Parts: sequence; C-alpha cells; structure tokens
Amino acid sequence: MWPRIQTYLAETTQAAPLAAFRVFFGVMMLASVIRFWSYGWIKKLYIDPAFFFSYYGFEFVKPLGVFTYGLFAICGLAALMVALGYRYRLAIITFFLSFTYIELMDKTTYLNHYYFISVLSFVMIFLPANAYFSLDARRNPSLAFQYIPRWSIDAVKLLLGIVYFYAGLAKLNSDWLIEAMPLSIWLPSKYSLPIIGDLLQVKSVIYLFSWGGAFFDLSIAFLLLIPRTRVVAYILVVVFHLLTGVLFPIGMFPYIMIVSATIFFSAQFHLGILGYMSKIFRFVPSVFDNGKSLTTTTLQWSHQRLAILALFFFFQIVFPFRYLAYPGELFWTEQGYRFSWRVMLMEKAGHATFKVASEDGKQFYVDNSQFLTAFQEKQMATQPDFMVQYATHLKKHFENTGLNNVAIYVESYVALNGRKSRPYIDPAVNLAAVNDSFKPKTWILPFDDKIKGL
Amino acid sequence: MKKIWFVLLISSIAYSCGEDDGPSIGDNFDRGTMLGNWADNIIVPAYQAYASDLSALSSATNTFVGDINETNLSNLRAAWLQAYTSWQRVSMFEIGRAETITLRDFTNIFPTSAASIDASITSGSWNLELPSSRDQQGFPAMDYLLHGIDVSDAGIVTKFQNDQNYQTYLQDIVARLIDLTDQVVDDWQNGYRDEFVGNDGSSASSSVNKMVNDYMFYYEKAFRAGKVGIPAGVFSGSPLSDRVEAFYAQDVSKVLFDEALQATIDFFIGKHFGNTGQGESLKSYLDFLQTISDGENLSDLINSQFLEAQSASGNLQNNFSEAVENNNTLMLGLYDELQANVVLLKVDMFQALSIQVDFVDADGD
Repeated sequence: MWPRIQTYLAETTQAAPLAAFRVFFGVMMLASVIRFWSYGWIKKLYIDPAFFFSYYGFEFVKPLGVFTYGLFAICGLAALMVALGYRYRLAIITFFLSFTYIELMDKTTYLNHYYFISVLSFVMIFLPANAYFSLDARRNPSLAFQYIPRWSIDAVKLLLGIVYFYAGLAKLNSDWLIEAMPLSIWLPSKYSLPIIGDLLQVKSVIYLFSWGGAFFDLSIAFLLLIPRTRVVAYILVVVFHLLTGVLFPIGMFPYIMIVSATIFFSAQFHLGILGYMSKIFRFVPSVFDNGKSLTTTTLQWSHQRLAILALFFFFQIVFPFRYLAYPGELFWTEQGYRFSWRVMLMEKAGHATFKVASEDGKQFYVDNSQFLTAFQEKQMATQPDFMVQYATHLKKHFENTGLNNVAIYVESYVALNGRKSRPYIDPAVNLAAVNDSFKPKTWILPFDDKIKGL
Repeated sequence: MKKIWFVLLISSIAYSCGEDDGPSIGDNFDRGTMLGNWADNIIVPAYQAYASDLSALSSATNTFVGDINETNLSNLRAAWLQAYTSWQRVSMFEIGRAETITLRDFTNIFPTSAASIDASITSGSWNLELPSSRDQQGFPAMDYLLHGIDVSDAGIVTKFQNDQNYQTYLQDIVARLIDLTDQVVDDWQNGYRDEFVGNDGSSASSSVNKMVNDYMFYYEKAFRAGKVGIPAGVFSGSPLSDRVEAFYAQDVSKVLFDEALQATIDFFIGKHFGNTGQGESLKSYLDFLQTISDGENLSDLINSQFLEAQSASGNLQNNFSEAVENNNTLMLGLYDELQANVVLLKVDMFQALSIQVDFVDADGD
C-alpha cells in the first residue's frame, strides 16, 4: 500500500487544468461579489438588520457596519488576484478568510454553495495553482512549472466528487424518492416557464426529476472520471445545472459548478482554453511551457500540505454523518443538517410567536418584525438554534426596558415537505434559560412521522 | 456505454408515459383566470361600491355643513358607518396604486390623534398629505369629529356651529378620502387591471405572489393585530381599550370587524362581490395543488378555521372597547382563533403555493 501511495504522490501531470481552474474560480468569485453588491444585498443582509445570528463558537464574527463594504471589496480584489495568479498565496488566503468571515457573519444566509466556496478556497491554499499561466510565474520564472504533482489536481476533483456524491446520498430517503417531495411543491409553482411549465404539473414528470436528480448526483463524479463517458457526463452537468438555475433561486451556483467541472477534462482541453485566453490578452502562452516539473519532493512544505489535505478530506467524509449521533428525524430537528451537502432537500416553513413573561406576571407577545428582517424571521421559524439565540436576545432587550427576570416561550408550528404544520418547540420551555450547545435539543417536539433512508 | 444511456432514456420516457394518473398536459391551473376573478369580480366592484359610498358620505357631509343640526349629524354618521364598512372590503388590496400612495395608512390608522386634530383646528392650518398626518385623517379622524369632540350630540353640533375650522377640517378629510380612492379606482379601470391579470408568472413580483403576500400582511397586521390583538393587550400585557377601531362611536367595532372577516373569507374562496357567484381562488388553487402533492386538504382546514373565528366573534359585544375591559377572555379567544389561521395560511398555504417571501438566493435548506 505505502509504495503505491508513494508512487502516486510522485506522479506529475500538466499544470494547465489547475491553472485554468484557478482563472475560472477567480473570475466567478469576482462576478459573485459584484452581483451580490449590485443587488444591494450587502446593505440588506449585513447592514440593515438590527440583530445577527452567529454560528456556535463564532459569536465574535459580526458585520462591520459600513466597513462591511470594504470587506467585500477585499474579497473581490483577492478573487481578481487569484484569477490573475498575482501574489497567489496571499490572494487565496485573503480570499478564504474574507469570504469565510462574510459567511460567518449571519447564519441566516447559510447556503451549501457558500460553504462549498469556503472549503474549496481552503483547499486551494495548499495547491500550486500559480505554477502555470499566472502573473507570478511570468514575473519570476523560477516559480513557473509546466508539470505539477498529480494530487494537486485530484484534490479538486475529490472535493467536487464528495459534494455531488453526498448530495446524492442525502436524496436517498422516502420523502425524495417515494413522495417526490419537495419537488412536488416546487416544480408546479414554476407553471409560467415556457415549454416545460405545463409539464411540471404532471406527477410522473416530477418523479422523473426526483429520481433523475438523485441518480445524477450519485453517479456524475464517476462518469466525469471515466474518459469514455466524460463528454456525455459534462453535457449532463450543463443541462442539470442550467435546469436547476432556471427552476430555483440559487444565483451563481449552477454556473460555478458548470465551470468547476471542467477540471475533469484533459490537459489538452485546458491548453486549448488557455491558448484562446492568451490570444485575447495578447501574450504567448509558451513562456510557461518550460518543461520543468514541480514534484512532491521539490514543492515547499509538501508534507505539511498533504497532511492538512488528508485531515481535511477525512473531516469532509465523516462530518456529514454526525447526524447519526442525534435522536429524532434529521429534517425536523436539523441537528447535524448543515455543512453536509444536503442541497434542495426540503421545503420547510414555520411560524414562531414568542411570549415574554416577567417576574411580576406580565405576559405579552413579541412582534418579530421589530427585531428581525422577513428573511431572518423565516429562517428562524424553522431552526431551533436560531430560536434559542433570538430568545436570549429578547430576554436581554426586555430586561433592559425594565422588566425583571424575563422568561421567553415560543409557540411555533412547522410544516415539512407538504405535511400539515404541527407544533415544533415545547411551548412550556423557557428558551432564554436554554444553553445552546451540540447536545441533543430535548425541547424540540417529536416529528411523529418517519422519513426512511439515509 | 452509449447503450446504457439509450436504455435509461427509453425507460424514463416509458416511465413517464406509463403512469397516467396525474393531470394530462394542459390541465395546469390557470392563474390568469384566478387573477381575473380577483380583479373583475372582487377587487374592482368592491372599490366601486366603496367609492360610491364615499360620494354619499361627501353629500351627507355637505348637507351637514350646510345645515348643522342633530338630524343631519345622525345621517352623516350613518353615511360614515356605511363607507367605513365598505372600506373593510378593499383594505386588504394594497397593491398597485393603493400601494404607491399607501392608501390604508391614510384611510384607517387608529387610534387617531385627537390632540393633533384639536391643535390643527385651533391653528386653522393643516397638511393632510404629510406622512406624519396619517393619524389625523381618514375614518378614525371622522370618528373623533362626529362622536368624540363632545359628550353630547348637542355639544358636537354646537362646536361645529361655532367654529368654521371644524367644518373645513371635516370636509377636507372627506375630500382626501375621495381623492385617494379615485386615484386607485382610476388606475384599476385604466390599465392596471390588465397589467395585474397579465402578470401571471411565478416570480416574486408576479401578481399572485404579491397579492398573497399583501393578503397575509393585511390579515396579520391590520386585521388580526390591529382590530383584535392590540386592544386585547396581546402585545402589551394588558388591554388597551382605547385602541379599538371606531373607539368614539363605541358600538360599531364588531360590525366593522365582522365585515372585514367576511371579506377575507370571501377573497379566500373567490366569492364575487355583491352576489353569490364564485370563481377561481386561493381555495381552488390549493385544491388543484393537492391533486399533485397528495397532501392535506388545506382549503377545508382553513375554511373551518375561518368559521371558528366567526363563531368566536359571535360571542362578543358590539363595543370592543367594553369587550376588552369587561371580558377580555372572549377577545383573547377570538385572537387565538385568528392566530390559528395565521399558521395555516402563512405556513401551510404559503408552502403549498410555494410563495416566495423575499428575493434572495436560497437552496432550500
């Protein structure tokens, strides 16, 4: 085993695919930042709200007021530098830190694809993506290499593979496969799409989308790996992601995935793309074709890099299964739900009314819109950890207004994947006295239904 | 490998054709028809009826100002109540021009600011177009002028007789109600109707999405909280008996509430304004979607919850101000019934209709 691993680690390959990936990634990220900014979402999501939901252990990460714009500017600039391969190490670390900071500011905006960007940029810190087709390599020929260790490209493929495969595993449950939920809710609401709008009302079409989606996610990484199926697989990637882009409000994600999946293509393909790019920017790409190899032995800190990547991938493979340690239905309690590539899996809606009770017997209900934006309220109403944070905030607020020993109760209802709404949180529990932790939340009422499967 | 793809393609086509229990292509629920029913049979007729009651209110105002006596005051009050009742039929339709001019805020913000009205009348100058003057106009301001400026009818008549500013203020707020309403009616009749019905897509800015959000906003804020929750002290801990609708008239808050409740029900089931006809509605839309999702019969649940609210309201006395002081338990009971439908509407119905709350990326988790 060990000799085989050593042989593998010693293998080198053309640097072009990773270089092209770096350019694509940087450009897409720059576009994402510009898009986010132009929609006014920085103000709407990070400046306007009066309260922010922190991630456990990251309570110190808060929006920076008007300086939040500066944070986005730094993030966009870093993305541009990544694309150009200019001071790459500094650029990718800055990008990872600024992007991750942005995502940690308020978990209301949690999206799997933002998490994907964070972890992908983390991985890229350890890859020699500036060895080829970069300003770094152009300015300093000693940094230029035509060949790089094979594992540095495979790391990206592995991460993409995990994302797809785990997203597929998460779909292997009775709601998705047997009830065709939540697509039975989402697809009919897209009635006004040209051509397919009417089809989306048809039950068998909805089942086809459900099963097709699961099949796609589980198999696509393998189909992309096999040279014979690669072209067909890539066409499927394009069709699948464009379709999801038309059907769902998922922003840049489909395009990021379509572009990222090109990493599976051959070096020849990427040399073609880079050649085309160099024509546009009028320089001769052959300056990078110096025949030099960067190997695992010559790459600085390569053992440390490999150790970190190995730990990272071990974490990625194990962490999504942490839900098994919790009692109850995962979709209902959401204990261990996030950071596990559970994408587009459920339609969950809720309504939570908070009751304030003070020592002297005074009781009244809270108007959530006084404290939260509509988007925050929507996310809060279906996620228990949000409710605890909000309750703690309410207690502090009302004790500052002169009430003593405030207790906060919630009357909440949640509907999951088309089931009728039912009580969600034990209304007799004082949420302001609950300590949020990774321990099972015993005050979530039982789901009283069974979703079978993974 | 190509063979595998071929087999997959064929089997998926066979699969989709084989299972023939769903509605066939073309059986799509027609949102355009629903929007047409809302516009042509509910919204526009209700606005027209309201506008006509406002013009009767204007005549009664002029009659009263022309000859200030208790009989004309009594007639004016009746016209006020009639128009106020008609208003309950249109208040929820804060869309289009009504949304632009914030019709509801200028028509029915209560409690009215009696002190500001007194101050304006004393000074002889006022500007009803200022956003800060919202609580000094509309029906609640008239309520104060016609019922609250003196304890006796004779006293009210005397005040109007002795101070021209009372008369002008009264005429001004009636004229303002008419001006605002005419803008909305004109807009519906000259182009907005077609725009509204034509915008039958599924985006966040589509008519169905906006109207359902507006309906829900009205139901939660103006209706549930404004008419019942706030006076019953749901948000403050103790009853606030001066926060009821039509506080000065005393015994009509229940009439207004009942009309508003009936209007929200009629909109839900698509019942035509002023006759017994019925058309496509949220109810029939939910019923259609249920055939796809095999979910709960939501429309029945919502309907019966509406009936619960109606029966809870039946136990209340006409004067909500007294109701919250004498037996607030009944009022809180009504609130609970209304609240139960917030859950059914905002959670279950929104989920079934896949209504978007806001325009922002979300991948469904």
